[in-house]
Amino acid sequence: MPTKILAGTPVDTDDEGYLVNRSQWNKDVAAALAAEEGITLTDGHWRVLDFIDADFKERSVVPGMRRLNKVGNIPTKDLYALFPDGPIKKAARISGYPKPVSCV
Amino acid sequence: MSDKIKKVSIIVSKGSLDGIYPGLIMGNGARMEGIEANLFFTFFGLYAILKKYMGSIKIATVGNPAMRVPDAKGFPLPTILGALPGMSAFATHMMNKEMEALDIPPIPEFIEMIHDAGGKIYACKATVDMFHLNLADFCPQMDKVLTVGEFYEISAGGQIIFT
Repeated sequence: MPTKILAGTPVDTDDEGYLVNRSQWNKDVAAALAAEEGITLTDGHWRVLDFIDADFKERSVVPGMRRLNKVGNIPTKDLYALFPDGPIKKAARISGYPKPVSCV
Repeated sequence: MSDKIKKVSIIVSKGSLDGIYPGLIMGNGARMEGIEANLFFTFFGLYAILKKYMGSIKIATVGNPAMRVPDAKGFPLPTILGALPGMSAFATHMMNKEMEALDIPPIPEFIEMIHDAGGKIYACKATVDMFHLNLADFCPQMDKVLTVGEFYEISAGGQIIFT
């Protein structure tokens, strides 16, 4: 299991770079994970990350696109604009949560 | 990861619920992985993008030997019973309920999701002519009516999947 230093904090990740221990996550780690994806976090990004966080704590699963649309009120277009080429995977990784397991 | 798939063109040729969803799931899934996706609707598959019909696509309960009731591990549905009026609507209703629970969108919403995700929605020219359709018959997400030649041009350098 790789360990790396992000924003001055050692974090454990799986082979694809998802955190394995969310207690090692904080907002600076999120910014560093986002930077790895070439993303600078804005309020728009945080709205998505905060929803994923709240939803994961409630249901123990990363929300799919439709749930982000309907429950999170975040349109598909916005998600692709904020996290290009793989919005949910990227947002889940930056949020410190596991790789999404849903097909939709 | 140099062998990562970069582009897929998915042909949807069947107009039943089980004929349409696999193509939509693969197309949407491609966009979620950052893969360029072109969806090409042809023959009865075209009903998935016809404004008036896309919301009422049904499962075929006749000619489907894998069909079981009341669920996937139930009893085989004999063809003669599958032909009873309302059987297709009933099976469709049951499956829609399962999909709703999994957050798989209904077809019109799914087409919009794929379109908003940057996936392209194309209609087959030969079918449009054969069925006497015009642009007003299509959902607003339909990007363009393509000839087969144009489809191959757009698909160049990617994978083509026929469903």
